[in-house]
Amino acid sequence: MNILTTRTRVVGTRFSANSVIINQKNFAFYRPSIILPARYFHSSLTTYYANIQGPPQSVDYGKTFDKILIANRGEIAVRVIRTAKKMGIKTVAVYSDADARSLHVEMADEAVNIGPPPSNQSYLNIPNILQAIKSTGAQAVHPGYGFLSENSHFVKALNEAGVEFIGPGESAMADLGDKIQSKIIAKQSGVNTIPGFDGVVKDSSHALQIARSIGYPIMLKASAGGGGKGMRIAWDDQEVLDGFKLASQESLSSFGDNRLLIERYIDNPRHIEIQVIADKFGNVLYFPERECSIQRRNQKVIEEAPSIFLDQLTRKAMGEQAASLARHVGYVSAGTVEFLVDPQRNFYFLEMNTRLQVEHPITEYITGVDLVELMIRIAANQKLPMTQEDIKFHGWAFESRVYAEDPEKYLPSIGRLSKYIEPQSLTDKHEVRCDSGIVEGSEISIYYDPLICKLSTYGETRDDAINTMLKALDSYVIKGVTHNIPLLHEVISNQRFRSGNISTKFLAEEYPGGFKGHVVKDESLHELISISAFVHAKRDLRNWSWIDGNGTSFRDNLNKNAPNKWDLWISFNNNKDIEPINVKVEKTGVNEEFEIIMPNFPRTIISAKWPLETPLINAHLRIDNQENRTLIAQYIDPLPIGFRLQYVGTKFDITVHNQRQHELSQYMIEKPKQDLSKVILSPMPGSVVSLAVQAGDLVAEGTEIAVVEAMKMQNVLRASRASKVKKVNVKPGDAVAADEILVELEDVKQ
Amino acid sequence: MNRGVLTRNYKCILSTFTRAPHIYPVAKSFGRISALTPIRLREYASGNTKEEEIVTRIESMRATAHLGGGINRITTQHKKGKLTARERLDLLLDPGSFREYDTFVEHQCTDFGMEKNKIIGDGVVTGHGTINGRRIFVFSQDFTAFGGSLSKMHAQKICKIMDKAVLVGAPVVGLNDSGGARIQEGVDSLAGYADIFQKNVLSSGVVPQISLIMGPCAGGAVYSPALTDFTFMVRDTSYLFVTGPDVVKAVTNEDVTQEELGGAKAHTVKSGVAHNAFENDIEALQRIRDFIDFLPLSNREQAPIRFTDDPVTREDPSLNHIIPVDSTKAYDVRDVITRLVDDSNFFEIMPDYAKNIVIGFARMGGQTVSIVGNQPLVSSGVLDINSSVKASRFVRFCDAFNIPIITLVDVPGFLPGTAQEHNGIIRHGAKLLYAYAEATVPKITIIMRKAYGGAYDVMSSKHLRGDINYGWPTGEIAVMGAKGAVEIIFRQVEDRTQAEKEYIDKFANPIPAAQRGFLDDIILPATTRRRIIEDLITLKHKKLPIIYKKHDNMPL
Repeated sequence: MNILTTRTRVVGTRFSANSVIINQKNFAFYRPSIILPARYFHSSLTTYYANIQGPPQSVDYGKTFDKILIANRGEIAVRVIRTAKKMGIKTVAVYSDADARSLHVEMADEAVNIGPPPSNQSYLNIPNILQAIKSTGAQAVHPGYGFLSENSHFVKALNEAGVEFIGPGESAMADLGDKIQSKIIAKQSGVNTIPGFDGVVKDSSHALQIARSIGYPIMLKASAGGGGKGMRIAWDDQEVLDGFKLASQESLSSFGDNRLLIERYIDNPRHIEIQVIADKFGNVLYFPERECSIQRRNQKVIEEAPSIFLDQLTRKAMGEQAASLARHVGYVSAGTVEFLVDPQRNFYFLEMNTRLQVEHPITEYITGVDLVELMIRIAANQKLPMTQEDIKFHGWAFESRVYAEDPEKYLPSIGRLSKYIEPQSLTDKHEVRCDSGIVEGSEISIYYDPLICKLSTYGETRDDAINTMLKALDSYVIKGVTHNIPLLHEVISNQRFRSGNISTKFLAEEYPGGFKGHVVKDESLHELISISAFVHAKRDLRNWSWIDGNGTSFRDNLNKNAPNKWDLWISFNNNKDIEPINVKVEKTGVNEEFEIIMPNFPRTIISAKWPLETPLINAHLRIDNQENRTLIAQYIDPLPIGFRLQYVGTKFDITVHNQRQHELSQYMIEKPKQDLSKVILSPMPGSVVSLAVQAGDLVAEGTEIAVVEAMKMQNVLRASRASKVKKVNVKPGDAVAADEILVELEDVKQ
Repeated sequence: MNRGVLTRNYKCILSTFTRAPHIYPVAKSFGRISALTPIRLREYASGNTKEEEIVTRIESMRATAHLGGGINRITTQHKKGKLTARERLDLLLDPGSFREYDTFVEHQCTDFGMEKNKIIGDGVVTGHGTINGRRIFVFSQDFTAFGGSLSKMHAQKICKIMDKAVLVGAPVVGLNDSGGARIQEGVDSLAGYADIFQKNVLSSGVVPQISLIMGPCAGGAVYSPALTDFTFMVRDTSYLFVTGPDVVKAVTNEDVTQEELGGAKAHTVKSGVAHNAFENDIEALQRIRDFIDFLPLSNREQAPIRFTDDPVTREDPSLNHIIPVDSTKAYDVRDVITRLVDDSNFFEIMPDYAKNIVIGFARMGGQTVSIVGNQPLVSSGVLDINSSVKASRFVRFCDAFNIPIITLVDVPGFLPGTAQEHNGIIRHGAKLLYAYAEATVPKITIIMRKAYGGAYDVMSSKHLRGDINYGWPTGEIAVMGAKGAVEIIFRQVEDRTQAEKEYIDKFANPIPAAQRGFLDDIILPATTRRRIIEDLITLKHKKLPIIYKKHDNMPL
């Protein structure tokens, strides 16, 4: 409990200090660091105090609320509670049965159980939340993001109950929540929308005329067709003529409707968004942009602020349009206007999110503003404490979304975080911020979004922020669930990403066959082998360090017989393409330095800070007596022979053989893998929704066998070939583990 | 062939032999020398030709012995994915530490033409060596020589190192790879088995005995591993059965493969004969090295202490939350174990058998400890016949070899039902009770959650001379759960919810036990590691006199 108290206290002071600066409107002195949640820094309190020069001062936030309820869970609930605490507002957490011991519950002053784990029975259950508000006497509700944050019925219900909603008004929310409606409103308020035409195109010359007025490239499709179905892209007049013919025929034959949609096609777009905030007195401010182009299936993966692509003029134009949209609908509180930006810096309205955005920390980093604080003050009828001129930005910030998911198969992973150590800022600039709602021992359950943490870093320049992010990812220890750090690390260290030449197609273009983890070669191979040799040598020496019980009074002599030279063969269990590599290791000197000699690489001296068997290895490499390198690797688990390391984000199963083991390993027989065509395995931990077969059924290739659900994702499992169902091991509703055999198949006897 | 040159050649390689005894360098140099050496070199021969002659003969015999059953059989062995007896010793022991006994022993059988068919060493390699600097005795059966079959002399070699091991106090590791009895020797071979059995029994509780089954082990041969403390197997290449598939077919008309009948899976999952199985020879031998590191060399020694970087005062706040709020919910007791012990390093014994109890070795503050924990993840951690037998043998081993026992309790009771009763849960459950009650090593018990009924008594309770008994705040010590208890106490009452609540208030917590001194303290889970290590230090010199008896009579 002590830890919690400390944490809370530090949070309070940090945010207070920040607000001093805002109130003084001294934006030139913005330090992005000082708005960081202090959870990281409890170990370096003194540094923190030194950094902000003097003890925290009390700040007047004006009259706000005595008590607010946070209708959310996880990191965003924790985030909101932090700001509430610094403002001296009491907090009420709500939680489902699955979250009874989670961090947000622990941090809040009060906590109310609102139902069973499934979110439609708890976090989406409006009556239960209203009951919680009533029983605790909370005056306002912060919805976070997701769940009820964009539910206008909830806002209405709160208004009726006389409780303030910390967010936009009901009607603005409802209007902007509708995709078609919001586009119309945007157009009305002078926001660039994608130029286009929706209606009956008379003939091909009409089509040409429309296309030219829109400007190439254009996209044509049947109005009635949903999504990208039947979409044709034309780059010139000829392609328009061809496209028109096909599209209009198709439109008629498939939908009996000759209306066509012709729109500017945005090739290689970037996703750039503008944060706005508005008070109840008509004041609207816009903030510098966030670029969220690194996406996978429309899910943001990495965001940055500002965007490397925007110039001052575009930035201003986008900001002003966003603000004008907000003004037009009488928007109140924080919101985000999303744009697509084409390579010529034309930008087009996409949608407006009427809530606090997931990636808001990077805006806070570069502007020094606490957005949640502003939201609360606005909800309490305060005027915005600053003007547009006060909003300046400094430096660069990135956010990586760390998820509990397999980055290769994109399947969510669940489990208990057996080891969890968040990265720390290494300097007094507080350049690392982790927004998370979990601690070591927490459970990632099947019920909710598998977000582990939003890891943000800050730097004076984009490169600084990137380098800090790489280090932070290297030293982020997450054990117990599979996570996507391999992908994040790979993207951040990608040269094209570093150059800033990105678009929403980045992931698809860079990893056309899907992401497969880091492939070690050259330098990274040399480094990884050196670290592996070091780890092996240290562990081997430990095995000889008997304090008592080696059965002889000559024990000192025996301990001295411990090896100081190793002739090793290192191979990768999960990458058989790399032949075993012969490494000669020798312990040199008294400083636990080891000399590494391996073919094709210069002689290297490695030393490292590594308390045995702990996750973080801070290694120092001296290569060829010239170059010095420091690197961070992680020791994940011991293996029967060797160990698992994490390096440059990716995990490697390392087998270390001594000379004799290597000689004899040629006789070991590779065991055949389980024949997967005869079983249906659960692809992930979850529950069986339905079973389509029973024992004895004949199934064709592709026949649905079962549906397994986890984290709101339903996976249909199908037969990989024609066969007969031999045995069904589960029934609907059963909880299943990953790779559990659900159904066994057998060959059909002729 | 020129004897003088050969002799010198052997002299130089003599030292090589004793350091690293493998055969191929010898064979190679032999060939090279004979091919390159000019014929006339006799003038260099020394005066004492007789001595040289003997040395030559000795070394030639040694070289032959190192080839076991010959190159062809070695190739066959390799093709099966199996290593030879000597290769296995190379991997098991520290390089250059092996000292061989009885290299020259041959069988004495003269029947069935056996006098003309001799292999030096007679199918087993014996001696001693070190594992991470600690002395152990070994025998490694050589399947290439007479199929590793056991003759009188073969058995005698094994008995010799077993005697030596008891004499000096060092563990015996047997690498079994034998087709069975040497049929040609008849009763001599059977006598050999019995001699080994007798030594197994006499050494039991004096030095740790470990069997690693690396090939077939059938018939009477199986009873030696069964008598040793731990039996490990290699997957897909080792079998243990009293009678093979052919006999089974003849007697019971069952069609069964070797693997199904007595493979690693059968014995680690179903029969509980083997304590664990490993992927292949290399992995198995490496893991045995790791395993030996946990054990004291004999019953004269304390549990060994090895260096660790894991702080003894480390607290783990996540333990405070590890027990689910809902007391009917499961959790993995191994999550608790790995958070308590040094470096999260837990060597689990019998991980696939009677999974409702978890046993194994770990270290705390560098010292080896044994862990026994109920596993709520499997059948709520209930005690049944198999889990009682599994844990009781383990507890007895630890008691015999001065390894402190740490018991993590979350047990709803003994498993009810005819299957259990009729198969003797009373008799088998009594084994665990007996084992805990007789143990005199330091016994530390943590009641994590449920400790109901007789199972509470059994699991190293204060009443069975538990040295230190702690409860976590989530501990519940009672005769049974609230629902069942209230149904009995308030049989007449219709609405028992109030009574149930009262019962929970009264008994579903560790306070009543602490009030009676049955718990020494109620501790915060986060502090458990530190508390246990403090207690281990306090109990280091614990002495509990044992009343003289010939031996006890534990329920079997």
